[in-house]
Amino acid sequence: MRLNLKIWRQKSANANGKMVDYTLNEVNPEMSFLEMMDVLNQQLVERGDEPVAFDHDCREGICGMCSMFINGRAHGPMTGTTTCQLHMRHFKDGDTIVIEPWRAAAFPVIKDLMVDRSAFDRIIQAGGYVSVNTGSAPDANALPIPKENADMAFDAATCIGCGACVATCKNASAMLFVGAKISQLSLLPQGQPEREERAIRMVEQMDKEGFGNCTNTGACEVECPKGISIENIARMNREYLKAKIAQK
Amino acid sequence: MSGKTQSGLIKSSIGKKVFMGLTGLFLCLFLAGHLAGNLQLLLPAELARDQFNAYAKFMTTNPAVKVLSYLTYFSILFHAVDGLYLAWQNKKARPQAYYKKDDAANAGWASRNMAILGTLLLVFIVIHMKSFWYEMHFGSVPMYASVEHGELKDLYTLTVSAFTQWWYVLIYVVSMAVVGFHLWHGFGSGFQSLGLNHPSYTPILNGFGKGFAVVVSVLFAILPIYIYLTSLN
Repeated sequence: MRLNLKIWRQKSANANGKMVDYTLNEVNPEMSFLEMMDVLNQQLVERGDEPVAFDHDCREGICGMCSMFINGRAHGPMTGTTTCQLHMRHFKDGDTIVIEPWRAAAFPVIKDLMVDRSAFDRIIQAGGYVSVNTGSAPDANALPIPKENADMAFDAATCIGCGACVATCKNASAMLFVGAKISQLSLLPQGQPEREERAIRMVEQMDKEGFGNCTNTGACEVECPKGISIENIARMNREYLKAKIAQK
Repeated sequence: MSGKTQSGLIKSSIGKKVFMGLTGLFLCLFLAGHLAGNLQLLLPAELARDQFNAYAKFMTTNPAVKVLSYLTYFSILFHAVDGLYLAWQNKKARPQAYYKKDDAANAGWASRNMAILGTLLLVFIVIHMKSFWYEMHFGSVPMYASVEHGELKDLYTLTVSAFTQWWYVLIYVVSMAVVGFHLWHGFGSGFQSLGLNHPSYTPILNGFGKGFAVVVSVLFAILPIYIYLTSLN
């Protein structure tokens, strides 16, 4: 198939970028979106042009590295899919595809389609962990956890931190990400000692990074490649509110 | 983790949303009360005049209602200022817009336009309060002797004559559509902001909120239309 691509090109963080048109012939419908980008880059390199910089790592839909805003949607038109798992068979011969980086003040563009998502790392560093003494592993059955809580914690923990929630949110809000991370630990016994301080610290870091606020549009849960529910945002609101009220 | 991280709830993103939810849901209650009072305008003219004017007197003089009305003024102002501040922050959070963004693919129209709808409502509230609230409190509404309730300010006649102008009716009907869209998203959203989300109750609440939005806006909009049509005869 033949595709027209409109891709955001930006030399560096401080340079001005612009949309550039490319045409690709003979795209195999079985290719993944990133393989299609590889083909484009191969042609650019052979022509002596600068290849398009984009993030990718595992290409199995689990690492959270790939991003790309494709035709107005995070990770493209399919739901529950990362860009690496999006296949060209979902596009038609002759289509024009617009490819942009995530857009958020907290996710500055590094180059072309790559953005700096270290704001997420700093939120995790602020409280998204449990402190445990080292030593031998405790017996797994010594700590009973209700099945329902384990399931909810697991659902929240499937977040791969790709940033699609921020990218698609009209406010560039990170609440689905932070909600998932706070939920995952607040639902399990290991997360209890730091539960309140975690909620406060992670929310404060999120605000400091310059993410927007939540309008509860629900766009994030639609675009999340892992289908994480906004129930987690409500849980975060609860956790934060309780922690704030109890704070001395 | 050690060290204190103390700052006011209102400074945080979540705190601001909690206050949006609290004031917004309180204003939903206010709307229900306001609507119930206004529906008296649908009574036969003579009866409506006395009953509505007696009701208006009660609403402007009863001390318990006074407390509620101050809470309502505060909620409207707080909801507006907080909402506009949040909208400004949200705008700042994405300085560069997308070349192409398919907004309709994942979120409803009302939810994406709450700030614009709210701003329109603020303008409407100013017009609305100037026309009736200000006149009732500080203006010179003529007095008349009612059958059952003694001397009353004739807010009824002021109201009915206001809605004999077609453009005034139009402002109100359009504004009520705005109210409807704002509530369509706002009612359910308020509970979510307060952290109240439950797999079985949330769909019921959201459904109720949408029903509430339609019923409240349609019933409010019927009043100016009814008065206008009645005045034509």
